[in-house]
Amino acid sequence: MEELTNQVSEINGVLDILWILVAGIFVFFMQAGFTLVEAGFTRSKNVINIIMKNLMDLCIGSLAFWIIGYTIMYGDSIGSFIGGPSLFFSEDGEMHNLFFQTVFCATAATIVSGAVAERTKFSTYLIFSLLMTTIIYPISGHWVWQGDGWLTKLGFIDFAGSTVVHSVGGWAGLVAAYLIGPRIGKYTNGKSNAIVGHNMLFGALGVFILWLGWFGFNPGSELAISGGSANNVAGIVITTNLAAAAGGAVALFLTWFKYGKPDISMTLNGALAGLVGITAGCAAVSPAGAAAIGVLSGIAVVFSIEFIDKKLKIDDPVGAISVHGVVGALGTLLVGVFAVDGGLLYGGGASQLGVQAIGVLGIGAWTVVVSFILLFILKKTLGLRVSEKEEIEGLDLHEHGMDAYNE
Amino acid sequence: MKKIEAIIRKSKFSEVKEALHEVGVNFFSYWDVTGMGNEKEGLVYRGVSYSTSDIQRRFLSIVVNDDFEDITVKTIIRSAATGVVGDGKIFVSDIKEAYRIRTGESGGETLK
Repeated sequence: MEELTNQVSEINGVLDILWILVAGIFVFFMQAGFTLVEAGFTRSKNVINIIMKNLMDLCIGSLAFWIIGYTIMYGDSIGSFIGGPSLFFSEDGEMHNLFFQTVFCATAATIVSGAVAERTKFSTYLIFSLLMTTIIYPISGHWVWQGDGWLTKLGFIDFAGSTVVHSVGGWAGLVAAYLIGPRIGKYTNGKSNAIVGHNMLFGALGVFILWLGWFGFNPGSELAISGGSANNVAGIVITTNLAAAAGGAVALFLTWFKYGKPDISMTLNGALAGLVGITAGCAAVSPAGAAAIGVLSGIAVVFSIEFIDKKLKIDDPVGAISVHGVVGALGTLLVGVFAVDGGLLYGGGASQLGVQAIGVLGIGAWTVVVSFILLFILKKTLGLRVSEKEEIEGLDLHEHGMDAYNE
Repeated sequence: MKKIEAIIRKSKFSEVKEALHEVGVNFFSYWDVTGMGNEKEGLVYRGVSYSTSDIQRRFLSIVVNDDFEDITVKTIIRSAATGVVGDGKIFVSDIKEAYRIRTGESGGETLK
């Protein structure tokens, strides 16, 4: 009897590892999604640069996280602030966790590339990507996911990373886009000009791939599939899908109403917003709650994109700051409202909402301050921006020596 | 010999092509162009409205003998017009000489 129990236990363990690996592989593929969205929403003269940034986020992120990032995030806690680092992680029985967390880290890093597209120096970007994956992301991630971090102790909920991953990427993108400045020709006489993306099909394919990847991102964060987890995972797949669908649909109707015609790029951003918004609460809310979060995310992203572009005059070619930063924060806060266990709408009062706010503000402040310091130093030393001539003629030609489309 | 250059709506191209075949004009070159004119398109991208005066058209270059000039121009006008601003333009100029590359012949016979 005990033999049987042991065997079942072992099989369960194997199933869990299998699920984590498969889910991680789905999240890996999100890099392709990001590449396509960013390439589609920008001009053809910069496509190779987009590809290189996204590719290197994966390469640098994978190496940096293995070398030191993973243990800074998951090592034994020092003061609930940071993990005890060790080099070249290779603990037997933990490698699936290394992989899963690596692809999450790469996702956070690559969010920044969209916000600074079409005018950023490639070498400087690589350095910042390294800093994101070794300093900014792992430390704030430690606070929430290691188990002994100070936000975990407060009861902060961020299941798959609306704050840990997405808002960190989004706020870093905000600081970067602000310090780098807008693309040439984006603002004239205080008026925002449209710089049209060169391929909406790429943008759409990118969103489909990201949506697919999110079916690893959220459900995979259960970190198990055996026993009761199977149903939990299924529930998370549903909340994820409903939020995306609601976000896309609401953005569609909102832009239809506002601009007279449904806007494809905003609708695509709306679906992504739904996905980002549900990421924190995907395991804690009901399907109806997920749909509601999707609706609110879709509304928020449309208004946020316009606000950041036209009022703040910060040039974000793909809407990354809004989709990941603003909605990442919103989705995290909404857990305090819609969580079935302890949310505001379920009689739990405002205490969870309060804790969510502390996490959002704490990690937001950390990201903004550290990004600002690092990018300011980079601005004064290497420089953040390419020259005017390079920007006008295209980064592909000047930074990479070739065209993406050779015919 | 005359060169007839016509800038027409892309949507009207197959109609114009058919009409020209019917009156015996079977040889010409064409390519897509972007131009500026009186037609304006009101567009919106991510909440920013912009009116682009960049319009897409098709450019036909037809070289014919003098006796075909009139029928060619009239046929194009008949088949390419919609009555809405932006139908296009036709320009007629003189051609000094024409050659057939395969045989090296020159003159109006090469246009038949």
